[in-house]
Amino acid sequence: MIITRRNILVGGAAGLLSGCDALGKNEDFRKLLALGEKGNFAIQRSLQDRMALAKEFRPQQRSPVFRMNGTRQPRGEAYAKHASEKFANWRLTVDGLVARPQAFSVAQLMAGPKRSQITRHDCVEGWSAIGKWTGIPLKLLLDAAGLKSQARFLVFHCADKMGFGTPYYESIDLIDAFHPQTILAWALNDETLMIGNGAPLRLRVERQLGYKQAKYVERIEAVDDLSKLYGGKGGYWEDGAGYEWYAGI
Amino acid sequence: MAKSESKRETAHPPVSQPQTVFRHRLSTRIWHWVNAVAIFVMLMSGLMIFNAHPRLYWGQYGANLDQPWLVLPRFPGWATLPSNYDLALGRHWHLAFAWVLAFGLLAYLVWSLFNGHLRKDVALSRAEVAPAHLWEDIKKHARFDFHESEARYNPLQKITYSLVLFGLIPLLILTGLTMSPGMNAAFPWLVDVFGGRQSARSIHFICAMGIAAFIIVHLVLVILAGPVNEIRSMITGWFRLSPPPASNSGDSA
Repeated sequence: MIITRRNILVGGAAGLLSGCDALGKNEDFRKLLALGEKGNFAIQRSLQDRMALAKEFRPQQRSPVFRMNGTRQPRGEAYAKHASEKFANWRLTVDGLVARPQAFSVAQLMAGPKRSQITRHDCVEGWSAIGKWTGIPLKLLLDAAGLKSQARFLVFHCADKMGFGTPYYESIDLIDAFHPQTILAWALNDETLMIGNGAPLRLRVERQLGYKQAKYVERIEAVDDLSKLYGGKGGYWEDGAGYEWYAGI
Repeated sequence: MAKSESKRETAHPPVSQPQTVFRHRLSTRIWHWVNAVAIFVMLMSGLMIFNAHPRLYWGQYGANLDQPWLVLPRFPGWATLPSNYDLALGRHWHLAFAWVLAFGLLAYLVWSLFNGHLRKDVALSRAEVAPAHLWEDIKKHARFDFHESEARYNPLQKITYSLVLFGLIPLLILTGLTMSPGMNAAFPWLVDVFGGRQSARSIHFICAMGIAAFIIVHLVLVILAGPVNEIRSMITGWFRLSPPPASNSGDSA
């Protein structure tokens, strides 16, 4: 190959690019890079009031169509049976590090106190959709179950099985768990939640990105440590794709 | 090599032999190179993130079923970081180097205010913004005549640097923060200032393209003005002046 300035430039640029790719595959370098997002977590939590609300919108500011994303139809006979029964026999259990484990039917939850909020759903990919969510504040369920003092996180176990049969799950800390806008939603835009949007119950954690908004929630488990569950990083996408556990940015 | 130890203010030395002037302070040089790395990482990882949803909208919301103002094909691998599709890793690069970019700019601006760089070298004088003077400068650029700007920034340069320092990069930082749902809860006014998260995302992309255009023009001008001398001056601080055009009798390199 003749060495020309052009070749040096092109070769140098290609070398830099593959160097960056190699760095990105290095586990230690990835950890170093991840400090940026860990820093965002620390800064955001110190700037945010614990009870600071996500922006709420007027009804006419809603998206004409609220985009469905992720699982639109959970696989398996068990879910299909629940769907055919209109979720009459669906149970939401609250267990783990709680004093009084609970089980709620959807009808019970819908008959309880409710909160409606028109908020913006931000996908990690970049799109946003605004919709009105109605559901029961998570705090009320936690008060009923009585968190033990060792509890640090809440894990949301979902009915949708992803690739290789791994169930979807997500987790949040107690600051978000007791936030007034954190609800288990059973309605979107004043209609009973559709399957594509997470029927019968979907978590809303309004100060974080879309992948935290677990759908098809059937069990809430209070734990002291996330590392013992599934891949250990606190969520399906955190384990599988490397997304950050804190999704505030 | 006859180094001039004093910081020269004059554009032309009185003698025609090659002379050097001290052109860039250490703080400017450090920031330039740190920022060069940070900007490239931010642009390329930003294109990776953009590839996850290569559509732009105005307003508060915007998803596949809404009306975009711009739809682009995905950027090719050589332009993105990492070169394969990996949104999580692209975000890790982007959100780590965002700290370098933002606090690098802050440190540079504070330091440049303190040492007079902004006032002496970047701020435009009243004479420089006079239309006749600007027109002269445009004509010189068109002729690729950069002699006058060897020791000092010329007016077009000052305007461009000011736009980048006080316009594009601050806008990129602010619109970047506006896209964060956590920051929206902390500073709700951010999303109001930009008219919605999707507007902020559009402005973020437009400003990034502005930075990319700046880099292209910047590199072309460095090549036209003499790349070795220009790059050396941004490493050592010292720039070799060329003889003034009037006495340019053919012995220049």
